Amino acid sequence: MKYTIHATCSVLMLPFMLATSAMAGSADVVVENAWARASIGTSRPGAAYMEVHNAGDEPVMLTGLLTDLAMRPEVHRTATDEQGVSSMSPAGDIVIAPGETIALEPGGLHAMLMQLQRPMEEGESFSMTLTFSDGGETTVEVPILGIAARGPED
Amino acid sequence: MQSRSVLGYGAAALGALALTLFVGWWQVDGPGAPVPDDGRPLPLTVMEFELTDHEGRSVEPDTLVGSPSMVFFGFTYCPDVCPTTLADISGWLDALEGDAEQLNVVFITVDPERDNVDAMAEYVGYFHPAIRGWTGPEQQIALAVEGFRATYEKVPTESGDYTMNHTASVFLFDAQGRFVTTIDYHEPREFALPKIRRAMNEKDAEGAT
Repeated sequence: MKYTIHATCSVLMLPFMLATSAMAGSADVVVENAWARASIGTSRPGAAYMEVHNAGDEPVMLTGLLTDLAMRPEVHRTATDEQGVSSMSPAGDIVIAPGETIALEPGGLHAMLMQLQRPMEEGESFSMTLTFSDGGETTVEVPILGIAARGPED
Repeated sequence: MQSRSVLGYGAAALGALALTLFVGWWQVDGPGAPVPDDGRPLPLTVMEFELTDHEGRSVEPDTLVGSPSMVFFGFTYCPDVCPTTLADISGWLDALEGDAEQLNVVFITVDPERDNVDAMAEYVGYFHPAIRGWTGPEQQIALAVEGFRATYEKVPTESGDYTMNHTASVFLFDAQGRFVTTIDYHEPREFALPKIRRAMNEKDAEGAT
């Protein structure tokens, strides 16, 4: 009987143990093509875009953003429904499978930079840290392009 | 006496019949006929609203009649979709080169609370110079949105602020103010220019499609 209970506990714990070990891959994350649009002053939220590639063998989970540019940097998702109505909401944690790349791009996922601490000036850049569920971090320098930029090449 | 009253009743009945017919005609085929609502934007000539452009001029739907028009809704506190749409439109206008001068290009805010005339002027100043920014009282914005058969909604955010959900399509009208088509958000860019040219060329066509 005692053995059975112990076995049940082990089985119940298994997914959590797996989840913990499966998320230890943020060292293999590569961030590319980062860019942001200039802001007008600090009252409006800014947005930054990039590609986050998981070059490792295990899934990684992007859990948050940090930057001294904004008090509340969060990954948000823009969705456009069949009637053409766009809405925006926090994207929550994002799992990136091994070998996969998630794109933060206009009209989809984006780093929403709320409560800007200073204006985002074209030609300057800022650093942003991506945090992962295994405690790992990746910091990227984000160049600020013009307000009418459409991509990292503009 | 009796025949006179019969005549009187007859006249009254005829009058009532004529009135009924007239009212019926008015409501079904006449000027009082409801505009058929198939979800398509109304012609600009039928829409009714009064707004102010980013240079402080009073504008209404009729302001756009006479030239083909490209109209879209948004708000300047929108970090993603709106600058992307404005940047796309600026790119299309650049591609049209001199022909862009024939087009009315209007960005109507759905957030008049924050987007006053000055805010609109500053914002549109960063994009193609042909783009006009329109704002006005909330109730007039609502009338405009209704005329375009678009929608918008104020949504509170966790930080105690708010954002706006809104129709992100770009609406195209011909020079007579008739709705031609929309350019939907996320539509491949190569579809946009031919659609704009179609709206610009639809000068004397009978029915807009």
